[in-house]
Amino acid sequence: MLQTFKDIIDILSVPTISFTFLTVAFPFIFPPSDWFEKVHRKLGIWRLWTKPGFYGGMIAITGFFVIGYFDPNFHITLTKADNFPIVLMVYSMFITIWWSMYQAYENDARLEKGLKPMEYNDPDDKVLVWPDLVYIEFIALILFMVFLIVWSILVAAPLEEPANPASTPNPSKAPWYFLGLQEMLVYFDPWIAGIVFPMFIIIGMMAIPYMDVNKKGDGYYSFKERRIGMFIFMYGWLVLWLFLIVIGTFFRGPNWNFFGPFEFWDPHKVVPLNNVNLSEYVWVKLLGQGMPANILLRESIGFLALVGYMGFLPILLAKTWLKNYFQEIGPVRYTFLMMFGLSMLALPIKMYMRWLFNLKYIIAIPEWFFNI
Amino acid sequence: MEKNKNKKSFLERMGESQVWKSIIRSGVPRSRRQRMQAVLGSVFLHLHPARLPKHAVKVGYTWCMGGLSFFLFVVLTITGILLMFYYRPTVEYAYTDIIDMAEQVPLGIMRELHRWGAHAMVLTVWLHMLRVFMTGSYKPPREFNWGVGVLLMTLTMFLSFTGYLLPWDQLAIWAITVGTNMARAHPFIGHEGPGASLLAIGDINLVHAGSDVRFALLGGRFVGEASLLRFYVLHCIGVPFIVMILMAVHFWRIRKDGGISGPL
Repeated sequence: MLQTFKDIIDILSVPTISFTFLTVAFPFIFPPSDWFEKVHRKLGIWRLWTKPGFYGGMIAITGFFVIGYFDPNFHITLTKADNFPIVLMVYSMFITIWWSMYQAYENDARLEKGLKPMEYNDPDDKVLVWPDLVYIEFIALILFMVFLIVWSILVAAPLEEPANPASTPNPSKAPWYFLGLQEMLVYFDPWIAGIVFPMFIIIGMMAIPYMDVNKKGDGYYSFKERRIGMFIFMYGWLVLWLFLIVIGTFFRGPNWNFFGPFEFWDPHKVVPLNNVNLSEYVWVKLLGQGMPANILLRESIGFLALVGYMGFLPILLAKTWLKNYFQEIGPVRYTFLMMFGLSMLALPIKMYMRWLFNLKYIIAIPEWFFNI
Repeated sequence: MEKNKNKKSFLERMGESQVWKSIIRSGVPRSRRQRMQAVLGSVFLHLHPARLPKHAVKVGYTWCMGGLSFFLFVVLTITGILLMFYYRPTVEYAYTDIIDMAEQVPLGIMRELHRWGAHAMVLTVWLHMLRVFMTGSYKPPREFNWGVGVLLMTLTMFLSFTGYLLPWDQLAIWAITVGTNMARAHPFIGHEGPGASLLAIGDINLVHAGSDVRFALLGGRFVGEASLLRFYVLHCIGVPFIVMILMAVHFWRIRKDGGISGPL
């Protein structure tokens, strides 16, 4: 019975399934439009952001970890001292996101009735920092220090054998907060996954306040007033960052192969790698001829696809579907929004192209280290 | 009886003493006016305004995460200084010094506090970022401070990353090897990055394994003695120096941008 349950979880957690599930379910959890909102209400997904939803989520997470703790395979990864922060991360992210959505829904209901958000107080009725804030800070600080000391006494800081450049551990993992980037390496070359995307993440995040022209929802929890921005950010944050960290930590074993949480990390697991480049698909499979000698001609299809995606698609959208939006925010904001947004979207797109067509690179010029 | 009534309490007498008045000019903060002056007159407390809207002191609104991140920065600085007493950043001694710390130092949980505190700080900074996003607090006039915050978050992770190498165990060098391998693929300035081969004079490549950005970061072609020293210096002085400057800007801008966000 338990074994069957574990097998099912193992199968469901394979990225192709779990990622697809998350991506499909996401707009219903954080509905970005009226239609999604309707289904979100109809299917009762909104209950996730009520108190029963909180208890349910906590029980599910705890159950998963408890079963994992008593499972011989999951026990190994779960109890690694350096993986404990990720357990903390899963809990704290769920609790805080639930808490903000809970308050957001309360505020949404208030705003719909024409009331002020619950954070609102009479501006003249202020409290004094001494003592009203200072003692809260003091208590928070003491409690947190107690937590940190208890954690430090109970769990020794990890220390493995002395560094040995001649023996590479399998798998070699980056620190946990970078495992989302390492997971991207499966789908992109290091110059994109390790350099361009991190830079885009940093610059893109800094650009959020300049791209988001929606003035509503400043200074109080709310969802409906800023649902599109919220949806995009939460997808990037939860699915493309935190979820990839969880995958990279718990589900990536030797040779960076995928292993379900309850699966044994078999170093001899064989995964067929027959990934094919777009240019090979076109020239060899479709046209039935050899690869052209000229590199640019060889990869011209890939370049066309890239220019179409990053250059032509935004123009097309500005003229059609996003016409009003384009006029509202203007060309500069729109260009940056599209650059960051489409780059973000490129990750799931590449993932699916890999899973569906074994596509390796859209543009493959290993001669210049230029693979996309 | 009458005599007792006029007798001042210990606290009152203390508040009037020359020593106390030299430190906290407004005396013991009891009246509303004195309490406000206590905040305004303290270099640490005057990061806060003297008065706040009611929602600003609610943990449900702020989650305390920004404050805890700063607190953790202080804890990490203090424990870090203590660790520096024992730790020598050389391939020869680094690992054994860590063993020594665990086995020889009485009540030694400084390394634990430092390591778990560092992990916790990455989390608290992330949670602070999440709270600011969820309350829409990045919106004007706080756009710039959000940007400073994003930089601080990045530097927090970089601080943690540079510290990861210092124990010089298998976990450390391979995590750093994986991490810094990215740098070799940096466009133009990494030797395996696109465009690097363009930076050449005739047949001579300017960007090669011995001159690229990864080499600059590691002080060598692989994670070795020089990398350990570089990461140590970056971890103890280089990055904290930048972080402290940005923190000063971050905190100052909170006040200048109208204090904590709230509904109008």
